[in-house]
Amino acid sequence: MSFNLLVTICLLYVVVLFAFAFWADKRAAAGRVGWLNSPLIYTLSLSIYCTAWTFYGAVGYAARSGMEFVTIYLGPTLVMVGWWVLLRRLVRIGRTQRITSIADLISSRFGKSNMLGVLVTLLAVVATTPYIALQLQSVTLSFNVFATTPGANLNQTAFVVAVGLAAFTILFGTRNLDVNAHHHGVVMAIAVEAVVKLIALLAVGIFVVFILAGGPGPMLDVIAASPIAEQTIRPERWTVLIGLSAMAFICLPRMFQVMVVENSDERHLATASWAFPLYLFLMSLFVLPIAAVGLNVLPAGSNPDLFVLTLPLEFDRNTLAMLAFLGGFSSATSMVIVAAIAVATMVSNHIVMPIWLSRQQGGATVSGDVRHVVITSRRLSIAALLALGYMYYVYSGGSGALAAIGLIAFTGMAQVLPALVGGIFWRGATRTGAAAGLTVGFAIWLWSSFLPSFGDASLIPASVYAEGPFGLSYLRPQALFGIEGLDPLVHAVFWSLLLNTAAFCLFSLLSFPSPLERLQGAAFVNVFRYSESAPGWTGGAAEAEDLLMMSQRIIGASEAQALFAEEAKAQGKLGYLPDVTPAFLEGLERKLAGSVGAATAHAMLMQITGGVTVSVEDLMRVADEAQQILEYSNQLEAKSQELGRTAQQLQEANEKLVALSVQKDGFLSQISHELRTPMTSIRSFSEILMRGETMAPEERQRYSQIIHDEAIRLTRLLDDLLDLSVLENGQVTLNNGEVQLDAILDRAIAATEQPDGVLTISRDRMREAISLYTDSDRLAQVFINLISNVQKYCDADDPELRIEVGDNGSRKIVDFIDNGSGVSAEAESVIFEKFSRGTDHRAAGGAGLGLAICREIMKRLGGDISYVSGQSGAAFRVTLPAAQAAAA
Amino acid sequence: MAGATRKQPMFLERESYRRRRLGDAARLVPFTGLVLLLLSGLWTTTAGAMIYIFVVWAILIVVIGVLSVRLMPLTEDSDEAEPSVPPER
Amino acid sequence: MTDKRVLLIEDEPNIIEAIRFILSRDGWRVDTHSDGKTALDAIRTREPDLVILDVMLPNKSGYDILNELRETQDVGNTPVLMLTARGQKKDRELAERLGASRFMTKPFSNGEILSTVRELVG
Repeated sequence: MSFNLLVTICLLYVVVLFAFAFWADKRAAAGRVGWLNSPLIYTLSLSIYCTAWTFYGAVGYAARSGMEFVTIYLGPTLVMVGWWVLLRRLVRIGRTQRITSIADLISSRFGKSNMLGVLVTLLAVVATTPYIALQLQSVTLSFNVFATTPGANLNQTAFVVAVGLAAFTILFGTRNLDVNAHHHGVVMAIAVEAVVKLIALLAVGIFVVFILAGGPGPMLDVIAASPIAEQTIRPERWTVLIGLSAMAFICLPRMFQVMVVENSDERHLATASWAFPLYLFLMSLFVLPIAAVGLNVLPAGSNPDLFVLTLPLEFDRNTLAMLAFLGGFSSATSMVIVAAIAVATMVSNHIVMPIWLSRQQGGATVSGDVRHVVITSRRLSIAALLALGYMYYVYSGGSGALAAIGLIAFTGMAQVLPALVGGIFWRGATRTGAAAGLTVGFAIWLWSSFLPSFGDASLIPASVYAEGPFGLSYLRPQALFGIEGLDPLVHAVFWSLLLNTAAFCLFSLLSFPSPLERLQGAAFVNVFRYSESAPGWTGGAAEAEDLLMMSQRIIGASEAQALFAEEAKAQGKLGYLPDVTPAFLEGLERKLAGSVGAATAHAMLMQITGGVTVSVEDLMRVADEAQQILEYSNQLEAKSQELGRTAQQLQEANEKLVALSVQKDGFLSQISHELRTPMTSIRSFSEILMRGETMAPEERQRYSQIIHDEAIRLTRLLDDLLDLSVLENGQVTLNNGEVQLDAILDRAIAATEQPDGVLTISRDRMREAISLYTDSDRLAQVFINLISNVQKYCDADDPELRIEVGDNGSRKIVDFIDNGSGVSAEAESVIFEKFSRGTDHRAAGGAGLGLAICREIMKRLGGDISYVSGQSGAAFRVTLPAAQAAAA
Repeated sequence: MAGATRKQPMFLERESYRRRRLGDAARLVPFTGLVLLLLSGLWTTTAGAMIYIFVVWAILIVVIGVLSVRLMPLTEDSDEAEPSVPPER
Repeated sequence: MTDKRVLLIEDEPNIIEAIRFILSRDGWRVDTHSDGKTALDAIRTREPDLVILDVMLPNKSGYDILNELRETQDVGNTPVLMLTARGQKKDRELAERLGASRFMTKPFSNGEILSTVRELVG
């Protein structure tokens, strides 16, 4: 088979891939995503995990170490079957936060910190470089197998392959101006490649097992007879490798790209959870047989990494060999394309864009399309990455076994895992912790794994391996801290991840996160509880126009205008510019983050809005759950206490109302009684008189008298009621003037004088000579009432009334003391209440309002009236108005 | 568990209880798988180890396949009732 | 009819006089009592054919007297005509629940009280 034919077929294959990709992009652009967006495509796109390393290297690995090769597939299998634990969460976070890469995830989680983004990007670049070199190496080697002239310049072939891959990737991966959209074309192409490599490997496997070995039974005999039959599994490597491949599966930039970034539906994960392990299962099923047969059949010294190609060629199966070659080619190209896209995105978002942004004079508001900057930086990054890969390939001499290079890359990317897992499960993880862990892990990996990979003496002098740098033996690259005898890989994985995790935890515990970090932490850890991310925008004086200008440059004019118009419409505004609400900013930031990464998007918006503030409300959401529950229950408690207080107040108010109502009822009832009683007599006697019944004239006279008296009683009652009502409502007008106390007493006594004159009144006129400034009529009314009460109620045989004037400190007082039996203790307390008459109310001849009226009057006059117990009889004390009471 | 403190009822209905346990089962699969795969070292011959590993692998695929089909309706819905991480502090 | 006796328990002298006049003209023998506390004793000793009972009495309310009367042997079934100046509905209800034979509100017409008394005793 000619080398030229091989090249032609390769180019044809690439054209076919291009056609697929182009067709898929067209379909997607037309909105007919359909089955492009299916779980099958998703699963197949995951197969970029299986690189040329897998395709060729696994067989070589198996030929050297037996079953150990399978650990590289078992780790991812465990991650996939455990999708419910980790991947589901990761995919959900990726979607809600619009994560563009693993560096973006770490950066976004730890407060949109670009420092972390840069760190992870650097790690990714350094770790991806040997991996790309690995692909170059395998493609180059496979080309070389077909080369007619042995000893062709390998480096030259590798260079051509690198350039070709770079062009291919740039064409595929950055063809889209819309950097935000899913790479439907690329995904389609790698899905096709996934099928090709699976079919190729299965075909070779079937050929080997069923044709060369003669069936599964004889195959097992061949294995048992081969040099690898007794390769026992080394437990420490076995365990470490399963763990390492699992970690790498999550952290490798290209895996993150297809698994999280390109994921459009979480349900695809459910399908991939069994379908992808099945793919891996099939990919590895024939690896050991191929290795065993290859070792058995091919001449000693053949490179086992190329058994997949050399076995068919040995038996002149050119077509099968060609298929195998295409399988290997597919593995290499798909890996390089996706890895380059993923890493280029990181480089562009976390290194180029921030630098470009800071160098722009006018900040983010200057006009001009940013997208070309993004695209250009990505294209350059892809080219640079492949250049780096090529250089690594040349430097490392292309000598290392494929598997060894792959594992170095794995170990490098696995350094991100502590920060990633910690970040999505542990709220306490902080930026400082993540930075510390990554730095420590990165450094140890470089020292103990990456640099030694260049060959025993190329970068690190042999003396350093033996004695450590500067003679510090505990820093020997492959015997850190003096622990010798460990497998170099196990050694590197163990120390780097252990110290990485330790630093991450320790510094997280010791540092305090910023509010934005805490917000993001809560949003990540609780992604299933509130799928909306915590808002970071409050206030800010962003002008919608500036924002639109900036957005146009990132996501394109038409899309940005549509976005703004849609928001304006949602806000119920006419025109195209919405109000700049925090919610709008949040959405816009996430939209932009899909293009340029969270940190850059955040920084750009910050330039326009003039800073981000986190409101107390937002912090409330950050407050951990326990706190929230506590606050919730505190609020509840406060509310219920408040309710309790309100209820009590209501209860009290109600009681007052009821009491008032009872009082009113009682009062009305009393008035009714007081009115009806005289009316009863009046009506009865007037009916008697009207009927003209025979009766003595004196009887008639007497009945008329009763009617007359009761009428007067009614009138008096009404007068009293009106008087009291006026007094109680404060409507009374006082005619104040200069008056003499003795004059008022004279008036009162004169008014109450009865013809029979049984009551003896004793006075002390000397002391009564007091001049007052008050309403004389009202005061006289009080005195009259008191004197007439004595007349009515004093039960002594010779009723006497003493009127005594004295003073009670500053106040003048007038006591009215009779010689009767007084008022009983229980009556004493209610004596001033309305209708609270003494026992024999008939005798009172009044309505029982007298004393109530007196009390009201004295209140109005600024004095007081009280009952004084413990005197010889009933004793009432009138305290005269203070201010104007002056001795004459 | 603290998840019961808010508006969630103390006991779930039978159906959602089943679905929760389905999720628990899905969480157990990778760890069970890991333990089984770590036992591969017990085989002394490569052929024996190979057969054992592929059998375990196949079982894992079938089990997670069955579980995932039944878990699929649960994804995409944001209202996962049970917090997968207990509240901190 | 001359042997029919009415006991009037009331404290307003003018009302006593009016009722006495009305009933005695019709041939009733009218005894009066004006203190609440001793009213029940008065009923027991006089065993009237009818009691006319005011509600607002000194020392004891007419309701209490009625209540105790209904639980008293011998005279417990004596018809009672309640008189009150408090014309509220609940007063009437209370009186009826306590077993008043009739309830009248002051002021009453003379003819009304006479016919009621006749009805209750006749």
